[in-house]
Amino acid sequence: MSHTRDAHDRAHADLAPGEEYAHEEFGTGLRSYLIGLALALLLTAASFWVAQTKIMWVPAIPVALLTFAIAQMGVHLVFFLHLTSGPDNTNNIMALAFGVLIVFLLFGGSVWIMHHMNYNMMAPVEGGVRMPLQKGVPLQPEPQRGVPMQHGSGGHH
Amino acid sequence: MSHSAAIPGTGSDVVPIRRDPNHLGHHARGEGETRATGRGIGGPAPKRIVVAYGFWIFLLSDIVMFAAFFAAYAVLWGGTAGGPGPAELFDVTNVAIETVLLLFSSFACGIATLALDARRPFAFQAAMAATFLLGAGFLALELREFSDLFARDAGPTRSAFLSAFFTVVGCHGLHVTVGLLWLLTMMAQVFAKGFRPDILRRVMCFSLFWHALDIVWVAVFTVVYLMGSAA
Repeated sequence: MSHTRDAHDRAHADLAPGEEYAHEEFGTGLRSYLIGLALALLLTAASFWVAQTKIMWVPAIPVALLTFAIAQMGVHLVFFLHLTSGPDNTNNIMALAFGVLIVFLLFGGSVWIMHHMNYNMMAPVEGGVRMPLQKGVPLQPEPQRGVPMQHGSGGHH
Repeated sequence: MSHSAAIPGTGSDVVPIRRDPNHLGHHARGEGETRATGRGIGGPAPKRIVVAYGFWIFLLSDIVMFAAFFAAYAVLWGGTAGGPGPAELFDVTNVAIETVLLLFSSFACGIATLALDARRPFAFQAAMAATFLLGAGFLALELREFSDLFARDAGPTRSAFLSAFFTVVGCHGLHVTVGLLWLLTMMAQVFAKGFRPDILRRVMCFSLFWHALDIVWVAVFTVVYLMGSAA
């Protein structure tokens, strides 16, 4: 009884490669890798197709790409890295959650803030059309129009 | 016995279980009975679990570093300074081949760890050799792309966009290079020292590293190549 309980807990605890007491027949974990490979190939193909196709609404493409990428990262985590909800993996999951939070703050925060800064620091161009400096538009303010420059006046190269 | 209870159905020779008074962990709903290691009554976690956790923390910090480079790229990709932009520089077919090579390399690495679990040295060495060849193929394609960009006067000094591009992709390529050296070391150590517990843990860390590199590459081909050239 105690033995079966042990076996249950160990199976539940996700035997990752290199486990000290693991001595399994070759092919026991093959199924997980095959499923992971198939799903990853599918999601990769979907990403490359979405990026090149002409039939999709253009603003939806980045959203679709991000969705596929996050899904594929999940596939890799579950089927290749064997991240589970088992008791041996609780700490790994918590660390991952913290890592995801930091990545989100770092990446999302940078893009968000810099987008706003880019907008606020756009150079005035003739005809009232404003172009972001970052697109390589040469900074040529027109003093004869007397348009005051925005804060920072484009000290941004 | 007010603070302890035996596992139901076990004999009297079993050590009494002390319930977790705070109801933490996986069986939080009042059943502090799990016998999994590292969970109170299960005793300390095996060294393998602890080592994997430590290495996982390192991998996450590495991923945070990559996130900073990705943020720089996402902010700067429009800053071409009048030079060539993503759409005219990137060869999506080449990127697709790189992606498939690295994915199959990750898969072969998984096969190698299965062979390791089964203690089959020949299958292990063969799978690791396949992992190496696929990874080296990826690296060769990446280096060819880089030299092609340099030849077209699109090196990292050309524009902010290209600086950010070479930082992200080059940093990933550097990780792959280090991973390939580590891979050869692991093949040699398993060959010379056999399936010792410490060697098994090192191979486990290598496989975590290799799979994590593939995860980073998913972000690279999505954010850098596909979103860069599509937008």
